Amino acid sequence: MKYPITTFRQLYYACKENKKQIFEIALENEVDKGEYSEYQVRLQAKKSLDAMKEAIEEGLKSVELSPSGMSGNNCNKLQKRYQKAHSLLGKTAEKIMIYALATSEQNLRMGTIVACPTAGSCGIIPSVLISYAEDNKIKEDTEINALITAGEIGRIVSNKMSLAGAVGGCQAECGVASAMAAGALTQMRGGTVKQVIDASALAMKNILGLTCDPVCGLVEIPCVKRNPFLAIHAVTASELAMADIMSKIPPDEIVDAMEQTGQLMSPLLKESSKGGLATTKTALALAKNILK
Amino acid sequence: MYQSSIIDIISPIMAGPSSSHTAGAVRLGLLARNIYNAKPDKITFKLYNSYASTGKGHGTDKGLLAGFLGFSVCDKRIKTVFETDEAKNLNYEFEYLQDFNRHPNAVDFVIEGGLNILISGNSVGAGEIEITNINKFSVKLNGKYNTLLLVYEDMPGVISSVTSIIQKDKVNIASLHCDRSGKGKDASMCICLDGELSHNCIKEINGHRDMYIVRYIKKLES
Repeated sequence: MKYPITTFRQLYYACKENKKQIFEIALENEVDKGEYSEYQVRLQAKKSLDAMKEAIEEGLKSVELSPSGMSGNNCNKLQKRYQKAHSLLGKTAEKIMIYALATSEQNLRMGTIVACPTAGSCGIIPSVLISYAEDNKIKEDTEINALITAGEIGRIVSNKMSLAGAVGGCQAECGVASAMAAGALTQMRGGTVKQVIDASALAMKNILGLTCDPVCGLVEIPCVKRNPFLAIHAVTASELAMADIMSKIPPDEIVDAMEQTGQLMSPLLKESSKGGLATTKTALALAKNILK
Repeated sequence: MYQSSIIDIISPIMAGPSSSHTAGAVRLGLLARNIYNAKPDKITFKLYNSYASTGKGHGTDKGLLAGFLGFSVCDKRIKTVFETDEAKNLNYEFEYLQDFNRHPNAVDFVIEGGLNILISGNSVGAGEIEITNINKFSVKLNGKYNTLLLVYEDMPGVISSVTSIIQKDKVNIASLHCDRSGKGKDASMCICLDGELSHNCIKEINGHRDMYIVRYIKKLES
């Protein structure tokens, strides 16, 4: 790698010393590995961005239920609500929650989504990134830069720990997605490198310990509704970071804590559906009906 | 899983809902298709453990079939694959099993036809997969490299002659994995390559007198 980076600290200093932004350093490193040109990396990011937008568009129109019949019509409900009354959080936040539901409902009805970073957390990054871009007339190139910034944040975390719910719990999937979204949003809002990294750190720190206990083993309950929750969570992190509110614990130590928390988490709470929500009375009754 | 590229993080574009249970299933099916490389009389998909218990809700069955029919992970037909002409022209069935000696997301492809083959694989997370066995041989196939898969009669000199044919194409060998059923009996070789092999090179290896099966399996698109 041109800039050897496996930690947030190294990323910060590489940006500072070379007077570059996170996406510029990330692109140069990706190209330096020799497999892709800068054009190819940007093109892949654009393809992902286009697929994210298409998933939102499809999801907004659909009320089709998932094959299990447990979910699929909540995006429609939220859209109807906001036609009558506005969110106290403002218009962009309305859009973020709607887009997050649209995308994750597309996912459970086997629609095409981008597993960024995973399929279960697929609504978080697109909803934050695209809603903000639409409402603030952000150019596509800037959106791509933000997505690459998110990718670099995810890459650094994934160097230390797996982004699979079965290994690290949901903190590693939706939690990391929220950290990536917080970084991407802060990048688009013109935040400094430090603010981008701090936004991610704050989001990760606040979500430590989130378990993965899907009802019936399906990516539906609680996954779908968790997407709008953690999208707004990303906005909160960006708001704090833009005010120069920093995490007292440095981001790399937060990643260490997250990795350790994942290891300490009982296997019953890591995608095995043997504990937590998945073994509640109602969940077990649902499982009896669905998994026949 | 170790992910070192931002491209891995911001992709794949795939049919939902699960990278391991849907996209992984499609990719396993695609590899099985490329290994068999012919139209079978019949294929039985045996799903194990989590693949068996949550497979229907995740569309694992649809994914495996779609992959075997050659559909990519983002093909919009995956959801309705049972209704496609391709599926209607294939004789297939599914079995759902529990076996705690197997991986949580394990599958067997039992393929009958001109050649009878049993292909076993696992979906190991985040859409990453591995084919671990073909018939009685252990193999190492993950779809990330162009791979040459050979079954041949175990005897001295085969590895050296195969690798020297590959060197004519100036393609670097990333890894080489061999196994055999017994001394002087059937043997298998799985060669992962950094580049593309030419048609001539594959033809020359195919012409080697001790080869039973020669397959050139292209790497899967992400």
